[in-house]
Amino acid sequence: MVDEFHIISALVEDRPGVLFRVTSLIRRRNFNINTITVGATEKEGISRITLTMRGDEKTVEQLVKQLSKIPDVIKISELKPEESVYREMAIIKVSAEDSIKRSDIINYVNVFRGKIIDVSKDSLTIEIVGRPGKINAFIEIMKGFGIIEMAKTGIVALSRKIKTE
Amino acid sequence: MRILGAKAIVEALKKEKVEVIFGIPGGATIPFYDALYDSDIRHILARHEQCAAHMADGYARVKGVPGVCTATSGPGATNLVTGIAVAYMDSSPVIAITGQVPRSMIGKDAFQEADIVGIVTPITKYAFQVTSASQISDAIRTAFIIANTNRKGPVLIDIPKDVQLEEVDLDYSERIIIKGYVVRSGEPHPYSIKRALGLIMNAERPLIIAGGGVIASNASEELIKFSELILAPVVTTLMGKGAIPEDHPLCLGMIGMHGRVEANKAVEEADVIIAIGTRFGDRTTGKLEEFAKNAKIIHIDIDPAEIGKNVKVDIPIVADAKKALSVLYSKLIEVGFSKKESEWIKRIKYLKEYYAPNYEEKGEGLKPSKLMKILRSIIPGKSIITTGVGQNQMWTALHFKILEPRTFITSGGLGAMGFGLPAAIGAKIAAPDRPVFNIDGDGSFLMTEQDLATAVSEGLPIVTIILRNRSLGMVRQWQCLFCNKRYAYTDLGNIPDFVKLAEAYGAEGIRVESYEEFENVIRRSLNAEMPLVVDVPISPDEKVLPMIPPGGSYKEVIWYG
Repeated sequence: MVDEFHIISALVEDRPGVLFRVTSLIRRRNFNINTITVGATEKEGISRITLTMRGDEKTVEQLVKQLSKIPDVIKISELKPEESVYREMAIIKVSAEDSIKRSDIINYVNVFRGKIIDVSKDSLTIEIVGRPGKINAFIEIMKGFGIIEMAKTGIVALSRKIKTE
Repeated sequence: MRILGAKAIVEALKKEKVEVIFGIPGGATIPFYDALYDSDIRHILARHEQCAAHMADGYARVKGVPGVCTATSGPGATNLVTGIAVAYMDSSPVIAITGQVPRSMIGKDAFQEADIVGIVTPITKYAFQVTSASQISDAIRTAFIIANTNRKGPVLIDIPKDVQLEEVDLDYSERIIIKGYVVRSGEPHPYSIKRALGLIMNAERPLIIAGGGVIASNASEELIKFSELILAPVVTTLMGKGAIPEDHPLCLGMIGMHGRVEANKAVEEADVIIAIGTRFGDRTTGKLEEFAKNAKIIHIDIDPAEIGKNVKVDIPIVADAKKALSVLYSKLIEVGFSKKESEWIKRIKYLKEYYAPNYEEKGEGLKPSKLMKILRSIIPGKSIITTGVGQNQMWTALHFKILEPRTFITSGGLGAMGFGLPAAIGAKIAAPDRPVFNIDGDGSFLMTEQDLATAVSEGLPIVTIILRNRSLGMVRQWQCLFCNKRYAYTDLGNIPDFVKLAEAYGAEGIRVESYEEFENVIRRSLNAEMPLVVDVPISPDEKVLPMIPPGGSYKEVIWYG
């Protein structure tokens, strides 16, 4: 069975313990979460958890069914990558001691439509937003210059469909 | 009116019509107990919190209402864990109320502090902490709704001591909204019913697998009517025992690892299977690829997550068993469907007769199967049977015919040894006018034996039958069959004298050495006024047979050990 990339999006009550209940259930089923993000939605008191993972269709479907049974989970669905918009952000600190290296990096940042958000005498800090594929490609290039530190947000996503309810 | 949080808990429990609570008080529940002392809710003092949870579970299963147990913070709460896990695996509505250290102490490793919500989250339908007294009444309402609707299960409410001491207005709202929890109507979808009817009406060899869900939804009557109409034999899971009287001509008994061979064979031969309220557990199905491979499967379950979880299903019906069965029945009547006789029923009758001699007792000594038959022939049909876990449980499941729903109480999913006695106590509290028998093993009994003290204190005439083989028999059986008779640490060695042990607790103890003595004791026990322990020595070489080896299919069945 091929392990596919899955995005699961859940609307949950914004109260203590909810993230624990969700992750505890995922742990029990022995899933490895690739990314997980939690943040506000348009409604007060309701948060959105977006998580991504690899797994076969059937197991992910079973996981979604199990997660939907948690009383704090108001709505949960799998977002098909082709039917949704999703983005991830990374902040990358790259070593840039000389001016040639520096201008090379800046060129790449422009091509990838990233931003330089901090500069020091021997490093540049870059913000880049996009799909995971784009970010990974950018990271690969930056490795050549020497990545000092890096932080990634994990994926946030919305369905392209117009909400029906 | 201003009242203490502790009193608010009691008031909320009264609103939920709670008549009895099983528990042990402790430091963090002193305010709650103080409020309970004034109420007319009965309190049963357990001798170990695990037993308090099993009692609440036994009570819930017999009475069909939520059972409530309580424990203090820390060790009290952690002792509940096994009992809660049993209720979770068997979908039993148990409400656990635990005390917690005061809010200001939480997270500081205070004396008797344990993160019980964190500990039980994976084994409850829901577990949460109440952080102010104003939440208490809603919290208890929420707990009862979640525990006792849809697929039932345990809920734990953790209440810090200072919340119990906080003042609050007395108020109780009947209606509350739990955003992420929808109470299902349980009505089946017309489209799936239509598809199911097509299969059922054209089936040549229809078969029903009845699981615990049939009992939980009180659907026995509907099940019997439906099976008689479509002339489908009924097999049950362990949890489904009692869904149909086991002396009913259509009933083939239990399937699975220790199921009856004719029942397993019927599953193999069926062309349409209607599985109701079962999760197709591994002990039921054996090797999944071989299970029911000639049949189309209709799966009726209230929990959508069960559909397709273990077994591939052709027609899912997410519905309450009772409602789905009555809709199917009335639709069949509407179209004038009827069946009088079929080759399939003749075949089933043949299978039953063919395998019958294999279950007869051979050899020396008291045979568990014979003891079960004697017991059945003496005690009333409405008697409640609880069991320990292991050989005692499987002998009961195989050889003791259950005649009414909610009269067979066993730890099916978790398989927790020590369940029998406390479950029997809960059962007797739920149904004081019915005889209650705990069929146990010596290993299992010794795990919760201290609660004989509870049974004696409460004056509960429960009969515990200990099938004493001086060993952890089921593991020993596996060691015999699969480990070249290397009996690694399954000999119990120096077990207590159960007659003296019973007497030490103030109960009655009797040892029987023959079937006649057993019969006499059981007859006499029906008029007993105190707990009775019947010590029945059996050989450690007695096995539960037939048996399908783990991971095997019914074809690999072992008949003789």
